[in-house]
Amino acid sequence: MPTGADLTALGVTLKLAALATTVLLLLGTPLAWWLSRTRWRFKFVLEAVVALPLVLPPTVLGFYLLIAFGPHGPLGKLMAAVGGPPLAFSFSGLLVGSVIYSMPFVVQPLQDAFAAVGRRPLEVAATLRASPIDRFFSVAVPLARPGFLTATVLGFAHTVGEFGVVLMIGGNIPGETQVLSIALYDHVEGLEYGHAHWLSGGLLLTSFLMLIAVYGLNRRFRVLRP
Amino acid sequence: MRARFRVARGEFTLDVDLSLPASGVTALFGPSGCGKTTLLRAIAGLERHDDGYLQIGETTWQDADLFVPPHRRALGYVFQEASLFEHLTVRSNLDYAANRVPAAERRVPVDRAVELLGIGTLLDRRPAHLSGGERQRVAIARALAASPRLLLMDEPLASLDRQRKGEILPYLESLHRELDMPLLYVSHSHDEVARLADHLVLLECGRAEGSGPIDEMLTRLDLSLAHGPDAEALIEATVSEHDEEFDLTYLDSGVGRFSVARRALPVGSRVRVRVAARDVSLTLSPQSDTSILNIFPATVEEVAAEAEGQATVRLKVGGIPMLARVTRKSAAALGLESGKKVFAQAKSVALLA
Repeated sequence: MPTGADLTALGVTLKLAALATTVLLLLGTPLAWWLSRTRWRFKFVLEAVVALPLVLPPTVLGFYLLIAFGPHGPLGKLMAAVGGPPLAFSFSGLLVGSVIYSMPFVVQPLQDAFAAVGRRPLEVAATLRASPIDRFFSVAVPLARPGFLTATVLGFAHTVGEFGVVLMIGGNIPGETQVLSIALYDHVEGLEYGHAHWLSGGLLLTSFLMLIAVYGLNRRFRVLRP
Repeated sequence: MRARFRVARGEFTLDVDLSLPASGVTALFGPSGCGKTTLLRAIAGLERHDDGYLQIGETTWQDADLFVPPHRRALGYVFQEASLFEHLTVRSNLDYAANRVPAAERRVPVDRAVELLGIGTLLDRRPAHLSGGERQRVAIARALAASPRLLLMDEPLASLDRQRKGEILPYLESLHRELDMPLLYVSHSHDEVARLADHLVLLECGRAEGSGPIDEMLTRLDLSLAHGPDAEALIEATVSEHDEEFDLTYLDSGVGRFSVARRALPVGSRVRVRVAARDVSLTLSPQSDTSILNIFPATVEEVAAEAEGQATVRLKVGGIPMLARVTRKSAAALGLESGKKVFAQAKSVALLA
């Protein structure tokens, strides 16, 4: 059976994943829209930056974030200047890290979905007197719905599964930064394999079910590209 | 309406300056790649070309320091592919257009658009469940529901097979009659233009070679239209009488009375008669011992030599232009020249209705 600490970790994990996914959809949608429409010749540089977490060891990302979050790092200084909470070893820091780490899982499906919508439906909407904002919400978003589903599920699932970044920037504070993957690691370290099975099995099943849902509901989209 | 655009794109340049009538159907006609679609998109504002001027009635949509974006132009645009919103039902597609029209500008209610295009039974369907012809009818209805001051159509029938074309053409003709809405119609199909257009702009290699009433344009010997194998004249006529005994329909026109194979059309309906140049022969005296029924006195206006020993003769019959394709030898033998009085015999004529 899961322990009380496990349930606390579950709560932190779900809260983190939900918040990170929300922030990612809010930031990722305009970014993906812009990437799908722009003819800027250097857009591939930005695409590479977005895709970086796919190939970078999470500990590398975590390390740089830790430096940036520190009292002398740029983000740490910024937060201190605006009177915000410290980022290192805090839930807020974890949220920032998760957003960066899961960025490609949200931006790429959205970008592909927007690209698949094409220009024509938006041109039609323009000739039917829909303003650019109106076109975006009344045509682009509904037609890109499969992409939003994929982005939401992948962003959420990937945040639930992160480990390296959390370990580097969040530490292991129960109720604040201790997430499921860290709790699992603790169980294994403590040779509590029974508890480890509960968490691993649960995560495996949940992840599998989420992917089944995504692939089953929209077969048209590639889920990720390197 | 006045449209002037200069667009340079690699090898291709579009350079036109057109004054077009504010009513009726104007065809932008020409071969593929001559700039028809580019011009239409520029008029819609879908493409921005800085060197342009566009005025519709009293409203300027583009000049040196003004560019009205497409969503602020009261126009309707029908694309070559229907391009319906796949996430909406047919009804919602129509409402999408209607709901965005300011109340003061609402001229075509959705119900009227539905009725004009005969799509009443399709309203609850999704675009994915419509045939090609149905989709294009919905797209036309949607453009109408936007209550445009100017309707633009970019080869709306080009992606359809013959049968579907035949299914939509009557609806386009009825728009013409029922709505007072100028229509700019891009096409490379002679047939569509002959059936629909009142006014024709001939575009070739990015330039407007000519612009004018269609009967005039089809018969101008300084343009390519009068010289092809399909050269023809269009004559407006009215169904005047049916002949039960010989199964004929008589049509009255400015040219005179045409006799055609009987058609089930009510007396009084307006039709167009197509007379192909190759079906018209010329005589100097009226023939009575001939099987040809359609014979009209005419005056030669101009004669142009063609390849393969042929000549095209432009005639005026009761002030209406017609063409005849004869051999150069006959033209010389008959002494055809400007002002010569002749009789034109049309071996066959086609009715467009």
